[in-house]
Amino acid sequence: MEEQTRIPFSGPPPHGRADFPRFRICGDTALSVELGEGIDPAVNRRVHALYRTLKRRALPGILSLNPTYRSLFLQYDPTACSFERLMTVVEQALCGLEDSSKGSGPVLDVPVCYGDEFGPDLAEVAAFHGLTQEEVIQRHTAPVYHVYMIGFTPGFPYLGGLDPALYTPRKAVPRSKVPAGSVGIAEQQTGIYPIESPGGWQLIGRTPLKLFDLHRDPPFLVEAGMGVRFHAISREDYESLSH
Amino acid sequence: MKALAIEASGLLTTVQDAGRYGFQDKGVPVSGAMDRAALELGNELVGNTPGAAALEIFSGGFRARFLTEVSFTVTGFDPDVRLNGHGVDLWTPHTARAGDVVSIDAGRLGLWHYLCLAGGIDVPFVLGSRSTYLRGRFGGLEGRALRPGDVLETEPPGPSFPLESLPQNLRPAYAAHPTIRVVLGPQAEAFSPEAFDAFLGAPYVVSTRSDRMGMMLDGPRLKHRATADIVSEGVAFGAIQVPGEGLPFVLLADRPTTGGYTKIATVLSVDLPLLVQTAPGRSVRFQAVDLLEAREAHLKRAYRIRRFFHLLRHGGL
Repeated sequence: MEEQTRIPFSGPPPHGRADFPRFRICGDTALSVELGEGIDPAVNRRVHALYRTLKRRALPGILSLNPTYRSLFLQYDPTACSFERLMTVVEQALCGLEDSSKGSGPVLDVPVCYGDEFGPDLAEVAAFHGLTQEEVIQRHTAPVYHVYMIGFTPGFPYLGGLDPALYTPRKAVPRSKVPAGSVGIAEQQTGIYPIESPGGWQLIGRTPLKLFDLHRDPPFLVEAGMGVRFHAISREDYESLSH
Repeated sequence: MKALAIEASGLLTTVQDAGRYGFQDKGVPVSGAMDRAALELGNELVGNTPGAAALEIFSGGFRARFLTEVSFTVTGFDPDVRLNGHGVDLWTPHTARAGDVVSIDAGRLGLWHYLCLAGGIDVPFVLGSRSTYLRGRFGGLEGRALRPGDVLETEPPGPSFPLESLPQNLRPAYAAHPTIRVVLGPQAEAFSPEAFDAFLGAPYVVSTRSDRMGMMLDGPRLKHRATADIVSEGVAFGAIQVPGEGLPFVLLADRPTTGGYTKIATVLSVDLPLLVQTAPGRSVRFQAVDLLEAREAHLKRAYRIRRFFHLLRHGGL
């Protein structure tokens, strides 16, 4: 094998100046376009605006578009389009990007039965912060959260805007089974488990809403870029809403 | 048309096609065949479109009875395939009659075998694909692995054409201990120079903790410059993520749509079949190439395959 004279790096030199968009090569079938650093609602809105623009254009060769916190992930068929062509298309789309400074899109109201067996970690979260369970519920139901992205399992929304007084580390040992509908907290995020899956988030309640249901049209209730608000319901309301 | 009755389903048999692309923005994993080349070439050999649905059989212990006359082929890395007890060639179309029994058992080497039937397996499309996603319990046959007693239907087959074995040089270059080409990144800058020496210098052994979601590798631990964590982003088929403890984990067909660990490299699409067919206990070596070379490898292979099947169907061979 020939001497490797250059390491084909993707991404910037470690101490280089941040410059966006930043194109990251993800093998020969995917590309990640970063629009900023960290978790920032303004950057995330630009990601969603870029996603909508490219989705409307339905470019040949693009197999899927996935908007995440600060980047847009594209999977493509290299026989139908090249990396260079994709970069050009993205640069062009960014030039004509719609105004993304407006607020979030529609807001979904999510009823949650907090505590007891539906929220087995509510007491622990309250104790961790020196709050009562009632105070945790109040603080959790106050904001309109921003859906930064959907990931992990079908329909799982990563919500930003959690009250800093509720930032809580993940469980030291993840659960092997988290029931569908569980509402959890992990660090500065809160989210909803749409299907039963393993998970390490602190579970504080459960919603009877089915975020993902293949027998419904549309199957997904939340999309990236939307808003989500929680409101507390009683055990009886939970039971009646589940039917 | 009822085509196949399952008599023994082995360790894990599922319906898979070329994957459920287009719903990753909703958190839906791509799924699809682990060995895309074996699926697509097997389909072409029986006159199907490359992405038609077929049975993906893990390891062995599979047996099924044909319910009608139908062309079929089995592809993969060296499984033992029998029709009514007699060995039949891989990567070769055969015609089965109603009542014939096909059995597929593990050979010495590969893991994932594909039974492709002319017309393709007919199960409902779910979100645009027939692939089974077991954790989500959807796709394929009722969202589950096949079991004895299941009956599968096929779509009407396409126009017939001369049945030919696939030439050796168009089959994936499987090996017991393959060299796997990668493009470095997307987070190459997160790793120390020693990490690259180790990653590209030493063999890595495939761990038994591997499944359709990903492959765990044992070998030298890879050091990060600072942190193993990134802001969650989309992940590709073949992305090699390295969590804090330093052992590489290759993300495969049933990978989640997003991940929060640094990725040192991504496997070339043409080398993924070689990697996924490497059994636990065997080793792989990684070799870095740039994107241009990766793209060229993909295009060359796609061109040679297109040319072969074009000539086969339209004369000239």
